[in-house]
Amino acid sequence: MLSRVADNLYWMSRYLERAQHTARLLDVTLDLVPDRSSSAGARAWERLFLSLHLRPAEGLPLKGRPITQLLALDPKSDHSIVHHVAVARDNARQVRELISSEMWELINRLYLDLQRASMEQVWAEPHPFFQAVKQGAHLFQGITDSTMVRDEGWHFIQLGQFIERAGNVAALLSAHVAVEEEGQFSLHASDLYVEWLGLLRSCTAFEAYCKVYSADLQFEQIAEFLLLNDNFPFSVNFAASAMRAALDGIADTTDTRKHNAILRRIGRLKATLDYEQIGDLMAADLRSTLDQIQIQCAQIHNDIFHSYIGYTVDVKLPAVS
Amino acid sequence: MSIATLDGHPELLASYDPGRAYDELLQAGREPRQHYQGLYQHLLSLPPDELTHRQSAADLSFLNQGITFTVYSSAEGTERIFPYDLIPRIITQGEWSTIDRGLCQRITALNLFLHDIYHEGKIVKDGVVPMDMVYSARHYRREMRDVTVPRGVYVAVDGTDLVRVDNGEFLVLEDNLRVPSGVSYMLVNRQVMKRVFPRQFRNYGVQPIAQYGQVLLTTLQSLAPVHVDDPTIVLLTPGVYNSAYFEHTYLARQMGITLVEGSDLLVHDNYVYMRTTAGLERVDVIYRRVDDDYLDPLVFRPDSSLGVPGLFNAYRAGNVTLANAVGTGVADDKAIYVYVPRIIRYYLGEDPILHNVETYLMTDDVQRRHVLDNLDRLVVKAVGESGGYDMLIGPHSTAEQREQYRRRITAQPRNYIAQPTLNLSVAPCFIDGRVEARHIDLRPFVLSGEETTIVPGGLTRVALRRGSLVVNSSQGGGSKDTWVLNE
Repeated sequence: MLSRVADNLYWMSRYLERAQHTARLLDVTLDLVPDRSSSAGARAWERLFLSLHLRPAEGLPLKGRPITQLLALDPKSDHSIVHHVAVARDNARQVRELISSEMWELINRLYLDLQRASMEQVWAEPHPFFQAVKQGAHLFQGITDSTMVRDEGWHFIQLGQFIERAGNVAALLSAHVAVEEEGQFSLHASDLYVEWLGLLRSCTAFEAYCKVYSADLQFEQIAEFLLLNDNFPFSVNFAASAMRAALDGIADTTDTRKHNAILRRIGRLKATLDYEQIGDLMAADLRSTLDQIQIQCAQIHNDIFHSYIGYTVDVKLPAVS
Repeated sequence: MSIATLDGHPELLASYDPGRAYDELLQAGREPRQHYQGLYQHLLSLPPDELTHRQSAADLSFLNQGITFTVYSSAEGTERIFPYDLIPRIITQGEWSTIDRGLCQRITALNLFLHDIYHEGKIVKDGVVPMDMVYSARHYRREMRDVTVPRGVYVAVDGTDLVRVDNGEFLVLEDNLRVPSGVSYMLVNRQVMKRVFPRQFRNYGVQPIAQYGQVLLTTLQSLAPVHVDDPTIVLLTPGVYNSAYFEHTYLARQMGITLVEGSDLLVHDNYVYMRTTAGLERVDVIYRRVDDDYLDPLVFRPDSSLGVPGLFNAYRAGNVTLANAVGTGVADDKAIYVYVPRIIRYYLGEDPILHNVETYLMTDDVQRRHVLDNLDRLVVKAVGESGGYDMLIGPHSTAEQREQYRRRITAQPRNYIAQPTLNLSVAPCFIDGRVEARHIDLRPFVLSGEETTIVPGGLTRVALRRGSLVVNSSQGGGSKDTWVLNE
């Protein structure tokens, strides 16, 4: 497969995942505004920025409308949903002949729909907008699953989606460590419940969590669920498994299994998530573990680039026949 | 049967007025031609809303599939759907047979001509085509002297524009021998048409065109460098912002070959490689949709980033095939066009089956004087342009525009030709809820490799504005499906 094409598929998938993640965070935060005091509300917005690796610009009011404008609809912002979907669609457009027509039509339609959305309309009724983004992303994933050959391209799509998800969920959890610390001293039980509910819903994890742990929301259990559970699709461990499967697939199709540093890296990440205990992690330093996971994801990202996409010519010339 | 006696919805066709042009639909007495009978009656039986409904379904399908083209000068943005007309254009087997033979004859002669002028130049020495006419052509490539191309095929893919004039005869308006486009619209128009008029389509006995991708692939395979058994073929596109990008992706998918951009390719030791996730892979045939000028910055335009440095040397060395070859533009130069009938006679000893449109050479003093005196009645075209750019349509021009062209012609006579304003034939088109007559042309696609093949059909382009004679997609034209009948 062409290196550029692999790159396009990877970014298409990453940006779509980023769009749905941003949509989910905004949707949940807006939905919980009435349940929070105004100071808790402002902190929730700050946390949202933090979990997206952003810092709110100087002077930006920490209120729903300006933030929704910035992170959902601003076409000039590099962090808005419309931007992410546009980039995803641009990447898809460059590899149209490789993805199925159904995939292209869906992402193109999602893009066109979002282009038509206005702030007035979204602000009057925010949920349907975010719902459309999330459903679009889910539908895209479903169509991809059911129409695409399980070839190298599929592996790069999986890789993009799950490396993005692993990093996002780790960052989201990391941003909530502060709530846990604060909660021990000053927060009301009912306020704390709202925060944990928000965290779980940001990963569509509330219902799944309740099935495993009941509706008793405890940070340690939430962290265990979102970090270590290997059966829930939005957990970091699940994402790491998917990344490993994709990297294995790529190593096989490109015949690069020997001396493959990326497989070592993902193996190490996977070992942490498979064998560490949440109690030990929390007793040590959960935040630094979460940061470490994000760094490992970034290293894997760089390694993929140097091995498969932007390699130097001398190392990859075919043997002279 | 005349309109008035038919049951159904005659108001749909009430405003159909072919004017003085050859009418594809009706013959004398407003009777439909025999091969249009079935379609004509079907149209009359439809409620007008039904067509509108089907038209919007078709438009939406084009937009959602992203079947769009890019308009360079348009401020409103880059992507537009290529306007699609619902009503098919029908060509009989007899008419097609003439077109088929005529185009095969023409492309065979043009390939021989290209080989000759880049080698011995016999035709020039024999004085059949003036030497200065060949060497002054804007798309003549000195670099191609003595370069051998596989099977002597310079033009593997040709899209020739045909027009039908008042007496019903098809004439060649121009050859497109460089990177002709539009074939994807021919193919998707058919797909949409089958969904819109399924029963009509079956009853008519229309010849299939879906095999185009396979035929193109076979053609390209047959042009691989001689020592290569199982050639790797790629389609080279300028990229996603090119006006024909949709077509590039479509054709690559139809053929199951890799779509590459210049940056995906590199040349090492005079071999071309593409950069893949599994390392570098040799490339043997490039179906290139990039103009000569942008192919190789070391040989042609140095500022181009679309091409591949070193590509031309690999090509000269015979290690890679480019289709079409470099330098084919000399043969679709609009002044060389005048000599094509003579070129056919010279190489094949046959009379041309399809005739040219009468054309005035501005390098000839008598003809130029005649043209300058009659600018308001003629069409003036730049010889090296395509896509309807840089042309003057006399009857629709202002005095100022005519003055501008008068100056240009006088300054650079070699750069212009003139033709009478042709009354292109008209066909029924569905416009704003009614069936109206619009001018059309026809671009069949001729494939030359081991053998020469024309998929029965082509792109029928439509001048959507009433009375307009310009069918180019970049100038507000649309297209419709073209049916070539079995018998």
